[in-house]
Amino acid sequence: MNVMTKAGLLPWAPERNGEAAAAPPPPRARGPGLAARFGLPARLAWRQLRAERSRLASAMAGVMFAAVLVFMQLGFRSALFDSATALLGAMRAEIFLMHPLTTASFRPEPLPRVRAHQALALPEVAQAVPVYLAQASWRNPEDGSRRAIQLIGFDVEARAMEFEGLGDIASALRRVDAVGFDMRSRPEFGDVARILAERGPFEVQVGNRMVEVVGLVSIGPSFGADGNIVTSEVNFRRMVRERLPSNTDLVAIRLRPGADVAAAKARLREIMPPDVVVLTQAELVAHERNYWETATPIGFIFSFGSAMGLIVGMVIVYQILFSDIANHLREYATLKAIGYSNGYLSRVVMAAALILAVIGFIPGALLSAWLYNVVGGATFLPLEMTAERAIMVFGLIFGMCAAAGLLAMRKLRDASPADMF
Amino acid sequence: MTGPIRIRGLTYAYGEGELRRPVLRDVALDVHAGEVVLLTGPSGSGKTTLLTLIGALRAMQDGSCVVLGREMLGATERDRVRLRRSIGFIFQNHNLLGFLTARQNVAMALEIEAAMPERERLERAGAMLVAVGLAGHEDKVPGRLSGGQRQRVAVARALVAGPGLVLADEPTAALDKASGAEVAHLLRDMAKSRGTPILMVTHDPRILDIADRVVAMEDGRIVQAEAA
Repeated sequence: MNVMTKAGLLPWAPERNGEAAAAPPPPRARGPGLAARFGLPARLAWRQLRAERSRLASAMAGVMFAAVLVFMQLGFRSALFDSATALLGAMRAEIFLMHPLTTASFRPEPLPRVRAHQALALPEVAQAVPVYLAQASWRNPEDGSRRAIQLIGFDVEARAMEFEGLGDIASALRRVDAVGFDMRSRPEFGDVARILAERGPFEVQVGNRMVEVVGLVSIGPSFGADGNIVTSEVNFRRMVRERLPSNTDLVAIRLRPGADVAAAKARLREIMPPDVVVLTQAELVAHERNYWETATPIGFIFSFGSAMGLIVGMVIVYQILFSDIANHLREYATLKAIGYSNGYLSRVVMAAALILAVIGFIPGALLSAWLYNVVGGATFLPLEMTAERAIMVFGLIFGMCAAAGLLAMRKLRDASPADMF
Repeated sequence: MTGPIRIRGLTYAYGEGELRRPVLRDVALDVHAGEVVLLTGPSGSGKTTLLTLIGALRAMQDGSCVVLGREMLGATERDRVRLRRSIGFIFQNHNLLGFLTARQNVAMALEIEAAMPERERLERAGAMLVAVGLAGHEDKVPGRLSGGQRQRVAVARALVAGPGLVLADEPTAALDKASGAEVAHLLRDMAKSRGTPILMVTHDPRILDIADRVVAMEDGRIVQAEAA
């Protein structure tokens, strides 16, 4: 039978001279797989990068530098936004009423206090607590210097505000002219905690009035306020005389357990006149954050810093890739001469760029995580390495290296195989 | 049936308009199956340009040039890249990749198609290095090989994929007399045993003995063809 099938073959057919066994399996005829299409150029790129350790190290350092810069800028940005919304985030209420023209909580437009009582008309509303916000002048009890501090007034027993330490001093705050001091306020306000520990409750001047510091709470400084003091609604009115008693700045609404927040918000919207906006807590925080991001240069500054880091990193990676190609122009031209296409060599350059992205990003992310700890400890900013941010920065670094690779690829055109002879 | 190379009326010029400078005028040349042809002539005679046109490294302008059965006049870049894969090139300098070992360099000529398994590529590359007399040097990078050894690696790279034609441009120019002759004879013997034709540009009178035929060029024309 073998003779029969072989009889039709040409005299030099591989089946006749024993080479047939070495023939590759036919199912591969559809062409090289994805792994070979990108794996082989990537391996070549890696071998080339690996051959020059010092160049590889400087490229890695460049990418790492860019990654750290972007991580720090984005970290600071989100830490500052987080601290700016810390006060609003600390409020234990589901829905808020605010004047439509209020742009940021430290600069509120007053709304009629009666809206709080109107809100109680809904059966699902458990409490509606008016919150008063004002900037007051605080006299440092140690050296007498004055500085603007944020004064927060609210019904201290309504439990709509849940600052750390508030529960312990809630009853003391009901006394006339009693205030609680935010122990995370900036040190320029004086070492209130030490004085309080040494002497117990003591008097300080806020505005033109002597008030008694009865205890400490923990809120944290923000863009809008270097420090905070909390007090009861009545004490707030005593200290801020020029305010109309019929106005408040924010109404925090707590719903009964199990109530549907979205439905309650919609019903409140129906019964409220257009001089208030109804917001969930997330919307209120987003509104505040949006103010800092868009209406101040802060968002831009950090975005700009990130962009600068990426541009510097891109230039470094481009330089490395470009000089790699320029120094190996003869080798690239040789590869073209022996039949490698431009597309293949472009994949080599691209793979080199992406390898640099990965090996630069990993130490960059580790270094940033360490710096977050160190810097966060020194500045009290909530700096944290989140998976979301790590993925985002990796995407940016990846894009940066890809852009550098695309730019460097143009140099490949100079590798002309016709000049090889 | 036409041979590996069949050239008729090939004309080529560099530059445009007033500066147009013809380097090849009405060249006709045939290289037959299994033949070793040496191309000689003073510099500027156009022999290197002819080699780059045959090797599909340059686009044709006028005339006909059929290489391995494919007409190069009007061929696209894609066609030319494909043809180059069937040609073994040996350059004046070895042009090996410095960051790869000898074996990996030779395997690069097999990596283009990617369909071959990695193990087979390295095996074939190793076998070819043994065949050019470099047993024991397979895993050295080019920097640790002598000039003659590097050129042998280049010969192995040119032949490993089983090309239909070998083009060489003064492969012995950078070598001393002994290793130059050695490499030239090695190339001739290996090509002969595989039936692969060779077209080699050379100035080197010491290696004329490897040729079946010597073709001399002057001023862009073939002036003399003689059997060696």
